[in-house]
Amino acid sequence: MKYLALVYYDEKIMNRLSQQEWDSLNQECMACVARLSDGGHYITGSPLLPTSTATTVRVRDNRVTTTDGPFAETKEQLAGFYMLEAKDLDEAIALAGKIPPARYGSVEVRPARELMEKGNQAGGNATETAGESL
Amino acid sequence: MTHAFQARLDQLYKAESRRVLATLIRLLGDFDLAEEALHEAFAAALAQWPKDGIPGNPRAWLVSTGRFKAIDQLRRKARFDVSYEDVAERLEAELATEEEEEHGIEDDRLRLIFTCCHPSLAPEAQLALTLREVCGLTTEEIASAFLIPTPTLAQRIVRAKAKIRDARIPYQVPEANQLPQRLQSVLHAIYLIFNEGYSASAGDNLIRHDLAAEAIRLAHLLCKLLPEPEAEGLLALLLLQDSRRAARVSADGDLILLEQQDRALWDQQQINEGANLVLRALASRRFGPYTLQAAIAAIHAEAASVETTDWPQIVGLYDALLELTPSPVIELNRAVAVAMRDGPEQGLLLIDALLARGALTDYHLSHAARADLYRRLGQKDEARAAYQRALALAQQGPEQRFLARRLAELDAG
Repeated sequence: MKYLALVYYDEKIMNRLSQQEWDSLNQECMACVARLSDGGHYITGSPLLPTSTATTVRVRDNRVTTTDGPFAETKEQLAGFYMLEAKDLDEAIALAGKIPPARYGSVEVRPARELMEKGNQAGGNATETAGESL
Repeated sequence: MTHAFQARLDQLYKAESRRVLATLIRLLGDFDLAEEALHEAFAAALAQWPKDGIPGNPRAWLVSTGRFKAIDQLRRKARFDVSYEDVAERLEAELATEEEEEHGIEDDRLRLIFTCCHPSLAPEAQLALTLREVCGLTTEEIASAFLIPTPTLAQRIVRAKAKIRDARIPYQVPEANQLPQRLQSVLHAIYLIFNEGYSASAGDNLIRHDLAAEAIRLAHLLCKLLPEPEAEGLLALLLLQDSRRAARVSADGDLILLEQQDRALWDQQQINEGANLVLRALASRRFGPYTLQAAIAAIHAEAASVETTDWPQIVGLYDALLELTPSPVIELNRAVAVAMRDGPEQGLLLIDALLARGALTDYHLSHAARADLYRRLGQKDEARAAYQRALALAQQGPEQRFLARRLAELDAG
Protein backbone atom coordinates (compact mmCIF):
# COMPACT_ATOMS: atom_id res chain seq x y z
CA MET A 1 0.00 0.00 0.00
CA LYS A 2 1.19 3.52 -0.80
CA TYR A 3 1.52 6.13 1.94
CA LEU A 4 2.48 9.76 1.44
CA ALA A 5 4.68 11.16 4.20
CA LEU A 6 4.32 14.94 4.26
CA VAL A 7 7.18 16.64 6.08
CA TYR A 8 6.35 19.85 7.92
CA TYR A 9 8.54 22.15 9.94
CA ASP A 10 8.67 25.75 11.13
CA GLU A 11 10.72 27.53 8.46
CA LYS A 12 11.73 30.20 10.98
CA ILE A 13 13.42 27.56 13.14
CA MET A 14 15.17 25.98 10.18
CA ASN A 15 16.43 29.35 8.98
CA ARG A 16 18.31 29.70 12.23
CA LEU A 17 20.34 26.50 11.68
CA SER A 18 24.03 27.00 10.93
CA GLN A 19 25.38 26.07 7.51
CA GLN A 20 27.02 23.04 9.07
CA GLU A 21 23.78 21.87 10.76
CA TRP A 22 21.86 22.37 7.54
CA ASP A 23 24.46 20.46 5.50
CA SER A 24 24.46 17.56 7.88
CA LEU A 25 20.64 17.43 7.87
CA ASN A 26 20.69 17.29 4.06
CA GLN A 27 23.27 14.50 4.15
CA GLU A 28 21.06 12.60 6.58
CA CYS A 29 18.12 13.00 4.22
CA MET A 30 20.16 11.61 1.32
CA ALA A 31 21.14 8.63 3.46
CA CYS A 32 17.49 8.21 4.44
CA VAL A 33 16.42 8.06 0.78
CA ALA A 34 19.17 5.52 0.05
CA ARG A 35 18.06 3.37 2.99
CA LEU A 36 14.39 3.54 1.98
CA SER A 37 15.31 2.63 -1.62
CA ASP A 38 17.39 -0.37 -0.51
CA GLY A 39 14.45 -1.60 1.56
CA GLY A 40 12.08 -1.28 -1.41
CA HIS A 41 10.03 1.38 0.40
CA TYR A 42 10.91 4.48 -1.63
CA ILE A 43 8.67 5.35 -4.58
CA THR A 44 9.46 9.02 -5.00
CA GLY A 45 9.88 12.20 -3.03
CA SER A 46 11.40 15.64 -2.97
CA PRO A 47 12.29 18.46 -0.63
CA LEU A 48 10.58 21.75 -1.49
CA LEU A 49 11.75 25.36 -1.67
CA PRO A 50 10.32 27.56 1.14
CA THR A 51 6.67 28.72 1.19
CA SER A 52 7.84 32.21 0.11
CA THR A 53 8.15 30.68 -3.38
CA ALA A 54 4.61 29.22 -3.35
CA THR A 55 1.71 30.29 -5.53
CA THR A 56 -1.84 29.11 -4.92
CA VAL A 57 -4.02 28.50 -7.97
CA ARG A 58 -7.84 28.26 -7.92
CA VAL A 59 -10.41 27.88 -10.67
CA ARG A 60 -13.81 29.51 -10.07
CA ASP A 61 -16.40 30.06 -12.81
CA ASN A 62 -13.81 28.86 -15.33
CA ARG A 63 -11.48 31.65 -14.29
CA VAL A 64 -8.02 30.89 -12.97
CA THR A 65 -6.95 33.06 -10.07
CA THR A 66 -3.53 33.00 -8.49
CA THR A 67 -2.48 34.25 -5.09
CA ASP A 68 0.85 34.58 -3.40
CA GLY A 69 1.88 32.03 -0.81
CA PRO A 70 0.54 28.71 0.47
CA PHE A 71 -3.23 28.22 0.77
CA ALA A 72 -3.20 28.78 4.52
CA GLU A 73 -0.84 30.26 7.05
CA THR A 74 0.19 27.52 9.47
CA LYS A 75 2.64 27.21 12.32
CA GLU A 76 4.59 24.56 10.42
CA GLN A 77 4.97 24.60 6.67
CA LEU A 78 5.17 21.82 4.12
CA ALA A 79 8.84 21.21 3.45
CA GLY A 80 8.89 18.05 1.37
CA PHE A 81 7.33 14.68 0.79
CA TYR A 82 8.09 10.98 0.47
CA MET A 83 5.86 8.52 -1.35
CA LEU A 84 6.41 5.26 0.51
CA GLU A 85 5.48 1.64 -0.03
CA ALA A 86 4.54 -0.08 3.24
CA LYS A 87 2.54 -3.17 4.15
CA ASP A 88 0.44 -1.39 6.77
CA LEU A 89 0.19 1.78 8.87
CA ASP A 90 2.57 0.50 11.54
CA GLU A 91 5.30 -0.03 8.96
CA ALA A 92 4.57 3.39 7.40
CA ILE A 93 4.79 5.03 10.85
CA ALA A 94 8.09 3.27 11.54
CA LEU A 95 9.51 4.49 8.21
CA ALA A 96 8.21 8.02 8.72
CA GLY A 97 9.76 8.13 12.17
CA LYS A 98 13.19 7.79 10.55
CA ILE A 99 12.76 10.82 8.26
CA PRO A 100 15.41 13.21 9.67
CA PRO A 101 13.42 16.50 9.85
CA ALA A 102 10.81 14.71 12.02
CA ARG A 103 13.16 15.80 14.85
CA TYR A 104 12.33 19.45 14.14
CA GLY A 105 8.75 19.39 12.88
CA SER A 106 6.20 16.72 12.10
CA VAL A 107 5.44 14.13 9.45
CA GLU A 108 1.86 13.51 8.40
CA VAL A 109 1.29 9.99 7.09
CA ARG A 110 -1.62 9.58 4.67
CA PRO A 111 -2.68 6.49 2.76
CA ALA A 112 -2.91 7.14 -0.98
CA ARG A 113 -6.02 6.13 -2.90
CA GLU A 114 -6.36 4.81 -6.40
CA LEU A 115 -8.03 6.97 -9.01
CA MET A 116 -10.77 4.93 -10.61
CA GLU A 117 -12.99 5.85 -13.52
CA LYS A 118 -16.03 4.84 -11.50
CA GLY A 119 -16.90 3.82 -7.98
CA ASN A 120 -14.85 6.45 -6.12
CA GLN A 121 -16.77 7.58 -3.08
CA ALA A 122 -17.47 11.28 -2.85
CA GLY A 123 -14.80 13.15 -0.94
CA GLY A 124 -12.26 10.47 -1.74
CA ASN A 125 -13.39 8.17 1.05
CA ALA A 126 -12.23 4.64 0.59
CA THR A 127 -14.72 2.21 -0.90
CA GLU A 128 -16.12 -0.24 1.57
CA THR A 129 -14.66 -3.44 0.30
CA ALA A 130 -14.48 -5.92 3.13
CA GLY A 131 -11.50 -7.99 3.97
CA GLU A 132 -8.89 -5.83 2.28
CA SER A 133 -7.62 -3.93 5.22
CA LEU A 134 -6.23 -6.13 7.91
CA MET B 1 -36.31 -24.40 24.23
CA THR B 2 -35.75 -24.97 27.92
CA HIS B 3 -34.75 -22.32 30.41
CA ALA B 4 -31.61 -24.28 31.16
CA PHE B 5 -30.62 -24.22 27.51
CA GLN B 6 -31.29 -20.49 27.23
CA ALA B 7 -29.23 -19.86 30.34
CA ARG B 8 -26.37 -21.97 28.97
CA LEU B 9 -26.47 -20.05 25.68
CA ASP B 10 -26.49 -16.70 27.48
CA GLN B 11 -23.55 -17.84 29.51
CA LEU B 12 -21.70 -18.98 26.39
CA TYR B 13 -22.40 -15.65 24.71
CA LYS B 14 -21.01 -13.79 27.68
CA ALA B 15 -17.94 -15.96 27.95
CA GLU B 16 -17.14 -16.47 24.29
CA SER B 17 -18.60 -13.71 22.12
CA ARG B 18 -15.62 -11.34 22.50
CA ARG B 19 -13.12 -14.16 21.86
CA VAL B 20 -15.02 -15.34 18.81
CA LEU B 21 -15.26 -11.77 17.52
CA ALA B 22 -11.53 -11.18 17.99
CA THR B 23 -10.73 -14.30 15.96
CA LEU B 24 -13.30 -13.51 13.28
CA ILE B 25 -11.80 -10.04 12.80
CA ARG B 26 -8.43 -11.65 12.13
CA LEU B 27 -9.86 -14.28 9.79
CA LEU B 28 -12.16 -11.92 7.90
CA GLY B 29 -10.02 -8.81 8.01
CA ASP B 30 -12.93 -6.50 8.73
CA PHE B 31 -14.66 -5.35 11.91
CA ASP B 32 -18.16 -4.93 10.49
CA LEU B 33 -18.12 -8.19 8.59
CA ALA B 34 -16.87 -9.96 11.73
CA GLU B 35 -19.64 -8.46 13.86
CA GLU B 36 -22.30 -9.57 11.40
CA ALA B 37 -20.73 -13.02 11.25
CA LEU B 38 -20.72 -13.24 15.04
CA HIS B 39 -24.43 -12.50 15.21
CA GLU B 40 -25.21 -14.96 12.44
CA ALA B 41 -23.17 -17.64 14.18
CA PHE B 42 -25.12 -17.20 17.42
CA ALA B 43 -28.39 -17.11 15.50
CA ALA B 44 -27.40 -20.42 13.89
CA ALA B 45 -26.52 -21.84 17.31
CA LEU B 46 -29.95 -20.82 18.58
CA ALA B 47 -31.56 -22.70 15.69
CA GLN B 48 -29.41 -25.84 15.65
CA TRP B 49 -28.19 -26.54 19.16
CA PRO B 50 -31.62 -27.29 20.68
CA LYS B 51 -31.97 -30.14 18.11
CA ASP B 52 -28.37 -31.31 17.75
CA GLY B 53 -27.06 -30.50 21.20
CA ILE B 54 -24.26 -28.12 22.13
CA PRO B 55 -21.05 -29.08 20.28
CA GLY B 56 -18.01 -30.26 22.21
CA ASN B 57 -16.07 -27.12 21.39
CA PRO B 58 -18.66 -24.37 21.08
CA ARG B 59 -16.07 -21.66 20.44
CA ALA B 60 -14.53 -23.45 17.45
CA TRP B 61 -18.03 -24.18 16.13
CA LEU B 62 -18.98 -20.50 16.39
CA VAL B 63 -15.79 -19.32 14.69
CA SER B 64 -16.14 -21.75 11.83
CA THR B 65 -19.88 -21.07 11.41
CA GLY B 66 -19.28 -17.31 11.51
CA ARG B 67 -16.64 -17.66 8.85
CA PHE B 68 -18.90 -19.65 6.52
CA LYS B 69 -21.71 -17.15 7.07
CA ALA B 70 -19.39 -14.28 6.17
CA ILE B 71 -18.35 -15.99 2.94
CA ASP B 72 -22.04 -16.53 2.08
CA GLN B 73 -22.68 -12.89 2.81
CA LEU B 74 -19.85 -11.77 0.52
CA ARG B 75 -21.11 -14.06 -2.25
CA ARG B 76 -24.54 -12.44 -1.98
CA LYS B 77 -22.98 -8.98 -2.17
CA ALA B 78 -20.84 -10.10 -5.16
CA ARG B 79 -24.02 -10.41 -7.21
CA PHE B 80 -24.25 -6.62 -7.11
CA ASP B 81 -20.57 -5.73 -6.83
CA VAL B 82 -18.02 -8.09 -8.33
CA SER B 83 -15.21 -6.72 -6.17
CA TYR B 84 -16.58 -8.83 -3.28
CA GLU B 85 -16.01 -11.98 -5.30
CA ASP B 86 -12.21 -11.79 -4.93
CA VAL B 87 -12.47 -11.38 -1.19
CA ALA B 88 -14.90 -14.30 -0.89
CA GLU B 89 -12.59 -16.48 -2.95
CA ARG B 90 -9.55 -15.53 -0.93
CA LEU B 91 -11.35 -16.32 2.33
CA GLU B 92 -12.49 -19.64 0.98
CA ALA B 93 -8.98 -20.52 -0.17
CA GLU B 94 -7.60 -19.67 3.26
CA LEU B 95 -10.29 -21.81 4.80
CA ALA B 96 -9.14 -24.82 2.80
CA THR B 97 -5.45 -24.47 3.62
CA GLU B 98 -5.58 -23.46 7.22
CA GLU B 99 -6.08 -25.60 10.29
CA GLU B 100 -8.18 -23.98 12.95
CA GLU B 101 -5.59 -23.02 15.50
CA GLU B 102 -6.94 -23.13 19.01
CA HIS B 103 -3.81 -21.79 20.65
CA GLY B 104 -3.91 -18.44 18.82
CA ILE B 105 -7.23 -17.45 20.31
CA GLU B 106 -5.87 -15.48 23.27
CA ASP B 107 -3.46 -13.69 20.90
CA ASP B 108 -6.48 -12.54 18.94
CA ARG B 109 -7.91 -10.85 22.01
CA LEU B 110 -4.63 -9.04 22.51
CA ARG B 111 -4.55 -8.05 18.83
CA LEU B 112 -8.03 -6.60 19.26
CA ILE B 113 -7.00 -4.56 22.30
CA PHE B 114 -3.92 -3.15 20.59
CA THR B 115 -5.86 -2.32 17.43
CA CYS B 116 -8.67 -0.55 19.31
CA CYS B 117 -6.08 1.46 21.29
CA HIS B 118 -3.89 2.27 18.30
CA PRO B 119 -2.29 5.67 18.90
CA SER B 120 -3.30 6.85 15.43
CA LEU B 121 -6.93 6.80 16.62
CA ALA B 122 -8.18 9.77 18.65
CA PRO B 123 -8.24 8.98 22.40
CA GLU B 124 -12.04 9.27 22.63
CA ALA B 125 -12.37 6.91 19.67
CA GLN B 126 -10.01 4.44 21.37
CA LEU B 127 -12.22 4.41 24.47
CA ALA B 128 -15.43 3.98 22.52
CA LEU B 129 -14.02 1.25 20.30
CA THR B 130 -12.45 -0.65 23.20
CA LEU B 131 -15.68 -0.63 25.20
CA ARG B 132 -17.65 -1.68 22.12
CA GLU B 133 -15.39 -4.38 20.68
CA VAL B 134 -13.38 -5.69 23.62
CA CYS B 135 -15.96 -5.30 26.39
CA GLY B 136 -19.05 -5.86 24.26
CA LEU B 137 -20.98 -2.84 25.56
CA THR B 138 -23.67 -1.53 23.24
CA THR B 139 -23.35 1.86 21.58
CA GLU B 140 -26.26 3.13 23.72
CA GLU B 141 -24.61 1.94 26.93
CA ILE B 142 -21.33 3.65 26.08
CA ALA B 143 -23.04 6.87 25.02
CA SER B 144 -25.01 7.11 28.24
CA ALA B 145 -21.93 6.32 30.30
CA PHE B 146 -20.02 9.17 28.64
CA LEU B 147 -23.09 11.43 28.78
CA ILE B 148 -23.04 12.09 25.03
CA PRO B 149 -25.75 11.53 22.40
CA THR B 150 -25.83 8.04 20.88
CA PRO B 151 -25.46 9.26 17.27
CA THR B 152 -22.27 11.15 18.22
CA LEU B 153 -20.79 8.03 19.74
CA ALA B 154 -21.94 5.82 16.88
CA GLN B 155 -20.27 8.24 14.46
CA ARG B 156 -17.05 8.05 16.47
CA ILE B 157 -17.04 4.26 16.21
CA VAL B 158 -17.85 4.28 12.49
CA ARG B 159 -15.01 6.72 11.79
CA ALA B 160 -12.55 4.75 13.87
CA LYS B 161 -13.40 1.53 12.05
CA ALA B 162 -13.11 3.33 8.70
CA LYS B 163 -9.65 4.57 9.64
CA ILE B 164 -8.57 1.09 10.72
CA ARG B 165 -9.69 -0.23 7.35
CA ASP B 166 -8.59 2.63 5.08
CA ALA B 167 -5.25 3.53 6.63
CA ARG B 168 -4.65 -0.21 7.12
CA ILE B 169 -3.99 -0.30 10.83
CA PRO B 170 -2.65 -3.84 11.27
CA TYR B 171 -4.36 -6.44 13.46
CA GLN B 172 -1.32 -7.46 15.41
CA VAL B 173 0.45 -7.34 18.72
CA PRO B 174 3.25 -4.78 18.27
CA GLU B 175 6.80 -6.03 17.90
CA ALA B 176 9.06 -6.01 20.93
CA ASN B 177 10.76 -2.72 20.05
CA GLN B 178 7.41 -0.92 19.78
CA LEU B 179 5.69 -2.71 22.63
CA PRO B 180 6.53 -0.34 25.51
CA GLN B 181 5.18 2.71 23.67
CA ARG B 182 2.12 0.93 22.33
CA LEU B 183 1.37 -0.58 25.73
CA GLN B 184 1.33 2.97 27.12
CA SER B 185 -1.48 3.79 24.72
CA VAL B 186 -3.51 0.77 25.90
CA LEU B 187 -2.87 1.51 29.57
CA HIS B 188 -3.82 5.15 29.10
CA ALA B 189 -7.11 4.18 27.44
CA ILE B 190 -7.97 1.83 30.32
CA TYR B 191 -7.01 4.53 32.83
CA LEU B 192 -9.23 7.09 31.09
CA ILE B 193 -12.17 4.67 31.09
CA PHE B 194 -11.68 4.15 34.82
CA ASN B 195 -11.41 7.88 35.53
CA GLU B 196 -14.52 8.60 33.53
CA GLY B 197 -16.38 6.26 35.86
CA TYR B 198 -14.54 7.12 39.05
CA SER B 199 -14.17 10.89 39.06
CA ALA B 200 -17.81 11.40 38.13
CA SER B 201 -19.07 8.96 40.75
CA ALA B 202 -21.16 11.51 42.54
CA GLY B 203 -23.57 8.79 43.56
CA ASP B 204 -26.13 9.98 41.04
CA ASN B 205 -25.08 7.93 38.05
CA LEU B 206 -24.77 4.20 38.45
CA ILE B 207 -23.85 3.55 34.82
CA ARG B 208 -20.71 5.57 35.27
CA HIS B 209 -19.76 3.30 38.17
CA ASP B 210 -19.90 0.48 35.65
CA LEU B 211 -17.17 2.14 33.62
CA ALA B 212 -14.80 1.83 36.57
CA ALA B 213 -15.69 -1.85 36.90
CA GLU B 214 -15.27 -2.32 33.15
CA ALA B 215 -11.81 -0.72 33.27
CA ILE B 216 -10.80 -3.08 36.09
CA ARG B 217 -12.04 -6.06 34.07
CA LEU B 218 -10.02 -4.83 31.08
CA ALA B 219 -6.88 -4.39 33.18
CA HIS B 220 -7.35 -7.94 34.56
CA LEU B 221 -7.69 -9.27 31.03
CA LEU B 222 -4.61 -7.38 29.86
CA CYS B 223 -2.53 -8.69 32.77
CA LYS B 224 -3.61 -12.23 31.95
CA LEU B 225 -2.75 -11.85 28.27
CA LEU B 226 0.38 -9.74 28.69
CA PRO B 227 1.77 -9.83 32.23
CA GLU B 228 3.97 -6.74 31.94
CA PRO B 229 4.91 -4.99 35.24
CA GLU B 230 3.38 -1.67 34.24
CA ALA B 231 0.11 -3.37 33.27
CA GLU B 232 0.05 -4.93 36.74
CA GLY B 233 0.91 -1.51 38.17
CA LEU B 234 -2.12 -0.02 36.43
CA LEU B 235 -4.41 -2.81 37.64
CA ALA B 236 -3.08 -2.24 41.18
CA LEU B 237 -3.75 1.49 40.91
CA LEU B 238 -7.32 0.95 39.75
CA LEU B 239 -8.03 -1.62 42.46
CA LEU B 240 -6.59 0.58 45.20
CA GLN B 241 -8.51 3.66 44.07
CA ASP B 242 -11.69 1.66 43.66
CA SER B 243 -11.27 0.15 47.13
CA ARG B 244 -12.16 3.55 48.58
CA ARG B 245 -15.27 4.00 46.47
CA ALA B 246 -17.82 3.34 49.21
CA ALA B 247 -16.04 5.74 51.55
CA ARG B 248 -15.37 8.73 49.32
CA VAL B 249 -18.92 9.89 48.72
CA SER B 250 -21.55 10.55 51.39
CA ALA B 251 -25.17 9.41 51.15
CA ASP B 252 -26.01 12.88 49.80
CA GLY B 253 -23.42 12.54 47.04
CA ASP B 254 -20.90 14.82 48.76
CA LEU B 255 -17.16 14.21 48.49
CA ILE B 256 -15.38 12.99 51.60
CA LEU B 257 -11.65 13.69 51.83
CA LEU B 258 -9.19 10.90 52.54
CA GLU B 259 -8.57 12.07 56.11
CA GLN B 260 -12.29 11.96 56.97
CA GLN B 261 -13.12 8.72 55.23
CA ASP B 262 -14.34 5.78 57.28
CA ARG B 263 -11.50 3.37 56.59
CA ALA B 264 -13.65 0.44 57.65
CA LEU B 265 -15.55 0.97 54.40
CA TRP B 266 -12.45 0.42 52.28
CA ASP B 267 -12.59 -2.84 50.34
CA GLN B 268 -9.91 -4.98 51.98
CA GLN B 269 -9.91 -7.62 49.26
CA GLN B 270 -9.16 -5.03 46.56
CA ILE B 271 -6.48 -3.50 48.77
CA ASN B 272 -4.76 -6.86 49.27
CA GLU B 273 -4.86 -7.69 45.59
CA GLY B 274 -3.62 -4.23 44.64
CA ALA B 275 -0.84 -4.18 47.23
CA ASN B 276 0.46 -7.60 46.09
CA LEU B 277 0.50 -6.46 42.47
CA VAL B 278 2.42 -3.30 43.44
CA LEU B 279 5.09 -5.32 45.21
CA ARG B 280 5.47 -7.60 42.21
CA ALA B 281 5.68 -4.72 39.75
CA LEU B 282 8.19 -2.83 41.89
CA ALA B 283 10.33 -5.94 42.27
CA SER B 284 10.55 -6.27 38.48
CA ARG B 285 12.50 -2.99 38.29
CA ARG B 286 10.79 -2.39 34.93
CA PHE B 287 7.90 -0.40 36.32
CA GLY B 288 6.63 3.02 35.26
CA PRO B 289 4.40 5.84 36.49
CA TYR B 290 1.27 3.72 37.07
CA THR B 291 3.18 1.42 39.42
CA LEU B 292 4.55 4.40 41.38
CA GLN B 293 1.07 5.93 41.70
CA ALA B 294 -0.19 2.54 42.83
CA ALA B 295 2.58 2.35 45.42
CA ILE B 296 1.46 5.71 46.81
CA ALA B 297 -2.16 4.51 46.88
CA ALA B 298 -1.03 1.32 48.64
CA ILE B 299 0.66 3.26 51.43
CA HIS B 300 -2.56 5.21 52.01
CA ALA B 301 -4.60 2.03 51.86
CA GLU B 302 -2.49 0.24 54.46
CA ALA B 303 -2.33 3.14 56.93
CA ALA B 304 -4.72 3.16 59.87
CA SER B 305 -5.09 6.95 59.76
CA VAL B 306 -3.75 10.09 58.11
CA GLU B 307 -1.47 10.70 61.11
CA THR B 308 0.14 7.28 60.96
CA THR B 309 0.62 7.35 57.18
CA ASP B 310 4.22 6.96 56.04
CA TRP B 311 4.52 10.46 54.55
CA PRO B 312 8.32 10.37 54.05
CA GLN B 313 7.92 7.34 51.81
CA ILE B 314 5.08 9.01 49.91
CA VAL B 315 7.26 12.09 49.28
CA GLY B 316 10.03 9.77 48.03
CA LEU B 317 7.64 8.04 45.63
CA TYR B 318 6.46 11.42 44.30
CA ASP B 319 10.11 12.34 43.73
CA ALA B 320 10.57 9.17 41.65
CA LEU B 321 7.32 9.84 39.80
CA LEU B 322 8.38 13.40 38.96
CA GLU B 323 11.61 12.08 37.53
CA LEU B 324 9.69 9.75 35.20
CA THR B 325 6.87 12.13 34.29
CA PRO B 326 7.43 15.78 35.24
CA SER B 327 4.04 17.43 35.79
CA PRO B 328 2.81 20.36 37.87
CA VAL B 329 -0.14 18.27 39.16
CA ILE B 330 2.30 15.72 40.60
CA GLU B 331 4.32 18.60 42.09
CA LEU B 332 1.14 19.82 43.77
CA ASN B 333 0.46 16.37 45.24
CA ARG B 334 4.04 16.16 46.40
CA ALA B 335 3.67 19.58 48.08
CA VAL B 336 0.67 18.29 50.04
CA ALA B 337 2.68 15.24 51.12
CA VAL B 338 5.58 17.49 52.15
CA ALA B 339 3.12 19.54 54.22
CA MET B 340 2.10 16.35 56.02
CA ARG B 341 5.74 15.41 56.61
CA ASP B 342 7.26 18.81 57.48
CA GLY B 343 4.31 21.04 58.35
CA PRO B 344 1.89 23.29 56.43
CA GLU B 345 4.44 26.13 55.96
CA GLN B 346 6.72 23.90 53.88
CA GLY B 347 3.83 22.80 51.68
CA LEU B 348 2.70 26.40 51.17
CA LEU B 349 6.20 27.42 50.05
CA LEU B 350 6.14 24.76 47.35
CA ILE B 351 2.62 25.56 46.13
CA ASP B 352 3.31 29.29 46.06
CA ALA B 353 6.47 28.67 44.03
CA LEU B 354 4.40 26.58 41.61
CA LEU B 355 1.78 29.35 41.23
CA ALA B 356 4.49 32.02 40.95
CA ARG B 357 5.85 30.37 37.83
CA GLY B 358 2.37 30.41 36.32
CA ALA B 359 1.57 26.70 36.74
CA LEU B 360 -1.90 25.52 37.86
CA THR B 361 -3.12 29.07 38.55
CA ASP B 362 -6.58 28.18 37.17
CA TYR B 363 -6.70 24.72 38.74
CA HIS B 364 -9.17 24.66 41.63
CA LEU B 365 -7.24 22.01 43.56
CA SER B 366 -4.09 24.12 43.89
CA HIS B 367 -6.16 26.83 45.60
CA ALA B 368 -8.10 24.28 47.64
CA ALA B 369 -4.79 22.82 48.87
CA ARG B 370 -3.47 26.28 49.81
CA ALA B 371 -6.73 27.05 51.60
CA ASP B 372 -6.49 23.84 53.59
CA LEU B 373 -2.90 24.54 54.66
CA TYR B 374 -3.79 28.10 55.77
CA ARG B 375 -6.77 26.67 57.66
CA ARG B 376 -4.46 24.31 59.51
CA LEU B 377 -2.17 27.21 60.37
CA GLY B 378 -5.20 29.10 61.72
CA GLN B 379 -4.79 31.92 59.16
CA LYS B 380 -8.47 32.36 58.43
CA ASP B 381 -8.37 35.32 56.05
CA GLU B 382 -5.84 33.68 53.74
CA ALA B 383 -7.77 30.43 53.94
CA ARG B 384 -11.05 32.15 53.08
CA ALA B 385 -9.58 33.94 50.04
CA ALA B 386 -8.07 30.70 48.73
CA TYR B 387 -11.31 28.71 49.27
CA GLN B 388 -13.23 31.41 47.39
CA ARG B 389 -10.78 31.27 44.51
CA ALA B 390 -11.05 27.45 44.42
CA LEU B 391 -14.85 27.62 44.54
CA ALA B 392 -14.90 30.01 41.60
CA LEU B 393 -12.82 27.57 39.56
CA ALA B 394 -14.44 24.23 40.55
CA GLN B 395 -16.61 22.64 37.86
CA GLN B 396 -18.31 19.66 39.49
CA GLY B 397 -21.26 19.87 41.85
CA PRO B 398 -19.86 17.71 44.65
CA GLU B 399 -16.58 19.65 44.65
CA GLN B 400 -18.39 22.99 44.76
CA ARG B 401 -20.53 21.78 47.67
CA PHE B 402 -17.44 20.56 49.51
CA LEU B 403 -15.66 23.90 49.14
CA ALA B 404 -18.76 25.86 50.13
CA ARG B 405 -19.05 23.70 53.26
CA ARG B 406 -15.44 24.36 54.16
CA LEU B 407 -15.98 28.09 53.76
CA ALA B 408 -19.03 27.98 56.02
CA GLU B 409 -17.10 25.98 58.67
CA LEU B 410 -14.34 28.56 58.56
CA ASP B 411 -16.75 31.39 59.28
CA ALA B 412 -18.59 29.41 61.94
CA GLY B 413 -15.44 28.32 63.78
